Amino acid sequence: MAGYILRRLLQAIPVLLGTTFLIYFMVFAMPGDPLLALFGDKTPNPALLEQLRQQYHLDQPFIVQYFLYLGGIFRGDFGTSFSGEPVADILARTFPVTIRLAIMALIIEFVGGVLIGLVSGLRKGKLFDASALVVSLIFISLPIFVIAFVAQFIFGIQLGWARTTVSTGAPIQDLILPAFVLASITFAQLIRLTRASVIETQSLDFVRTAYSKGLSRRRIIPVHILRNSLIPVVTYAATDFGVLLVGATVTEGIFNVPGVGRTLYQAIIRGEGPTVVSFVTVMVLIYLVVNLVVDLLYGLLDPRIRYVK
Amino acid sequence: MSSNQPAPTHYVAPLEETPLVAVDAVNVGERKSNLWIDAWRDMRRRPMFWISAVIIILVIIVALFPTLFTSVPPNDDCQLSNSNGGPSGEHLLGFTKQGCDVFSRLIHGTSTSLTVGIIVTILTTVLGILFGAFAGFYGGWLDAILSRAGDIFFSIPYILAAVVIMSVFSAYRNVFVISLAIGIFAWPATARVLRAEILRVKNADYVMAARATGVSNFRILLRHVLPNAIAPVIVVTTISLGAAIVAEATLSFLGVGLPNSTMSWGNDISAAQVDLRTAPQTLIYPSLALSITVLAFIMMGEVIRDALDPKARAQR
Repeated sequence: MAGYILRRLLQAIPVLLGTTFLIYFMVFAMPGDPLLALFGDKTPNPALLEQLRQQYHLDQPFIVQYFLYLGGIFRGDFGTSFSGEPVADILARTFPVTIRLAIMALIIEFVGGVLIGLVSGLRKGKLFDASALVVSLIFISLPIFVIAFVAQFIFGIQLGWARTTVSTGAPIQDLILPAFVLASITFAQLIRLTRASVIETQSLDFVRTAYSKGLSRRRIIPVHILRNSLIPVVTYAATDFGVLLVGATVTEGIFNVPGVGRTLYQAIIRGEGPTVVSFVTVMVLIYLVVNLVVDLLYGLLDPRIRYVK
Repeated sequence: MSSNQPAPTHYVAPLEETPLVAVDAVNVGERKSNLWIDAWRDMRRRPMFWISAVIIILVIIVALFPTLFTSVPPNDDCQLSNSNGGPSGEHLLGFTKQGCDVFSRLIHGTSTSLTVGIIVTILTTVLGILFGAFAGFYGGWLDAILSRAGDIFFSIPYILAAVVIMSVFSAYRNVFVISLAIGIFAWPATARVLRAEILRVKNADYVMAARATGVSNFRILLRHVLPNAIAPVIVVTTISLGAAIVAEATLSFLGVGLPNSTMSWGNDISAAQVDLRTAPQTLIYPSLALSITVLAFIMMGEVIRDALDPKARAQR
């Protein structure tokens, strides 16, 4: 296990260096003045420009700039936002809200997705299965902002069950609708994955053995089938975390949830390039760390993984 | 058979009952079959294939010849007095905030979505095949380098990457730049699928046979390995066309996509969001067009996957 952890950590280093370099390269190795390009058609005041120039070390050669910037990231210095507030402070303020929303979405997604997927898989080819497949296809095709607007329109405006925007402090009851919207994008894939996995597990020898020694379905389904079907589902959660990050940006923007996503959303809408770059970098780092943690957990859950190259 | 002999343990059929000729001969009348023919036979029996095919063809025709479907000019005829107005006469779906015809803008915006989808798909497929094929076939250090490069691109969610690129290129926002911004980070998915498939195919007997007859490595890759490993790539390609259309709409929705002067469903949705309460039609119709188009491509990808993959067929 120690070897596996070490190998996995070593593998993460080039990816970490590569992703930060790529983002930095995209922004600051372009011809012309990258800062002016980032502001688009706006003209920033010279004092801010000067401050940004120092923050990104633009007076140094490119490769030196990059390493200075990387050093800053490791010290927790993600730069300052357009309004002058350090990005790290904004993160500290907004991150708990996003975590709350994300956990709610994950619970909805997993409980709903695994349940529907399980029933679908057990009743392969029946009406429930067929309709679950069609509905999941539709959800896969719907862009997140369309789902968000439809939910806002139906539940917020027509039925009046939920607030269309979240009030300050983001209480849990206000977050329910955004959490459902956020869950809906990855939920459909989860149904399909669980279903396929359940169908495959059902045909395995140990399930047949369990049936032939007379165990009841009530025991076989949760213990033998479901538990063994969940392994690919857990990995999926990690790879799909990126979708969830993008989804959170749009969902938080539309429902006005005061989280990390909305901060990025507003920076994008207002064309505040440098803030966008800082927040995208932070999100990519979060994504990398989550993937690493899930990989390590996965090695813990399934011993076979540790020995594969 | 006399009674004092032991009964034979196996039943052996008399020779005249088993016509050997019939067993050995090749049935020349049997229909030809290979992966693609089987897949086609499977697909054409499924209603989902025909539904998505009809939608895709319709979308292509609308994109190529928008004037066949609407005679109302999308931008020239806008009158603010019609702002957010309901449907009337030849304006089937009502008016946008600027008083433009919703239906006409929908029809004329189709080509934008489709063009972005096609350019992104070509880009991701070409890059994916190059990276995936060389990594999988040659292996060793080339695989290590190409796969790590893929990992790096894969580790940045492509919409976030596109947001950064579009922020930098704020002065040059057009269909090509946005396609490039999406495609440059979306190709590793294709490369991974192809690499895995090539690893499976490259030790097959026919590859060995080709190698034994002295065919060059590159030629083996091109003529024997790639054609036999391309099936899953086609599935990814079809689905990614839908995903690219969504990505363009999302970027335009966020305001870093195409400029407002370009007609696109994403732009129309973005412009209509503030009027959700008062004029839902301006938001709902472009969303519907977008969703149906994407659904068609994703359904088509699913049908092709089921047809090409016997394992998926068994799960149906």
